[in-house]
Amino acid sequence: MPTFVYMTRCDGCGECVDICPSDIMHIDKKLRRAYNIEPSMCWECYSCVKACPHQAIDVRGYADFAPLGHSVRVLRDEEKGTIAWSIKFRNGKKDMELLAPITTKPWGSATPKLADVPAPSKEMRDSQLLFNEPKYIRMDEGGLHTLESNGLEIKKGVQY
Amino acid sequence: MFTSNPFAELSASISTVYMQGYIILMVLLVMGGTILDMMHKKSAQYFFENAKKAKKSAKRSVGGGEKVSIAASVLVNEVLTSGEFSNPRRRLSHLLTMWGTIIFIVTTAIMIFGYTAPGSATPDILPALWHIGALMLAVGGYWFWFAIRVDVAAEGLTWFRFERADLFILSLLATSTFALIWSFTGGGLSVFFVLFILSSTVLFGGVYWSKFAHMFFKPAAAYQKKITVADGSRENLPPDYDLTDPEVQRKFPDIPMYMGKNPPNMGLCIKAERANHY
Repeated sequence: MPTFVYMTRCDGCGECVDICPSDIMHIDKKLRRAYNIEPSMCWECYSCVKACPHQAIDVRGYADFAPLGHSVRVLRDEEKGTIAWSIKFRNGKKDMELLAPITTKPWGSATPKLADVPAPSKEMRDSQLLFNEPKYIRMDEGGLHTLESNGLEIKKGVQY
Repeated sequence: MFTSNPFAELSASISTVYMQGYIILMVLLVMGGTILDMMHKKSAQYFFENAKKAKKSAKRSVGGGEKVSIAASVLVNEVLTSGEFSNPRRRLSHLLTMWGTIIFIVTTAIMIFGYTAPGSATPDILPALWHIGALMLAVGGYWFWFAIRVDVAAEGLTWFRFERADLFILSLLATSTFALIWSFTGGGLSVFFVLFILSSTVLFGGVYWSKFAHMFFKPAAAYQKKITVADGSRENLPPDYDLTDPEVQRKFPDIPMYMGKNPPNMGLCIKAERANHY
């Protein structure tokens, strides 16, 4: 669902322009307010939604889940680590609320501290294994984890 | 020079009546421009329709006392101290230009209406405030124009590229700059006085095309925004959930499953540092 800007809420601070990884958030030359110049190129990362200090950026829900005229509002809260959605149909019949985690650990705490790790030896450099393999893929627990090794099997057909 | 009333000296060349007439004309131009701007952009109509829509989805009614306290908080936070800006540089620049403009315009009117008659002595504080106001306006305005303006700060465009939307800030800057130069070069009837009057006429006469009218509808919009928070409609935004609330955890089982019953503060993430591409 690509993003769009409510011009009446935007104050033209440029935070979304700075953060957009697709470089499609820009400032309207006449109105000095942000807008999404190419919604079809939107990655739907919602960085702009998160960065906007005035919640002036919303997402346009696809027509297959909410008919035109609806309201899909999103609130990403970094400190709580959640994303909350509020979906309201144009006839007011459906007013749905959703809440989901976007992180389970404090931001940055799971980043490998490579500076604290000893430099790899020549033997490690020449090895086929990548950094922290086999520990990270848990091969040290007895080979790769597969469906079979975990007593599972793929069922044929579409599973719901 | 800093404490001399430049309009008193000017009254030797231009009659006080013309100066006072000019001030009244500028006030009328601002009023007319603002009304035309509101009619053209339908901003008042949009505002009232939006307020009506928000009222429909209100979860509680806001009492008269609460409305007064919200209006007072808008006056203190948004109007007087530009609290709407989350970027401290923008806020400081806006405070300088806004208060500079107010001090400059008010002292101009007081000096022209009260202290241009022959023999009247202007209190030193008035011309001093007039110069300080113009200086504040120039400092805040040039800072904004060269460094903070979104075209330069976020879009990476050059400072000398301008659009019609810049009419307001440019005419403000020209007014304060030419006023200061006019005063420092001895006042009277000079080329700087002509430029000062020309730029101030563009400033007050160009309200329809500039963003001058924002000072009237911005406080109204800020008030409406706070009302939507108070009445629970929150402009359809999701509620501000308390993740430790058992009811929230029951409604959204993903929260306790992945984050635990008492999720920690996850930190500032992208707000830890300011994004800057240029």
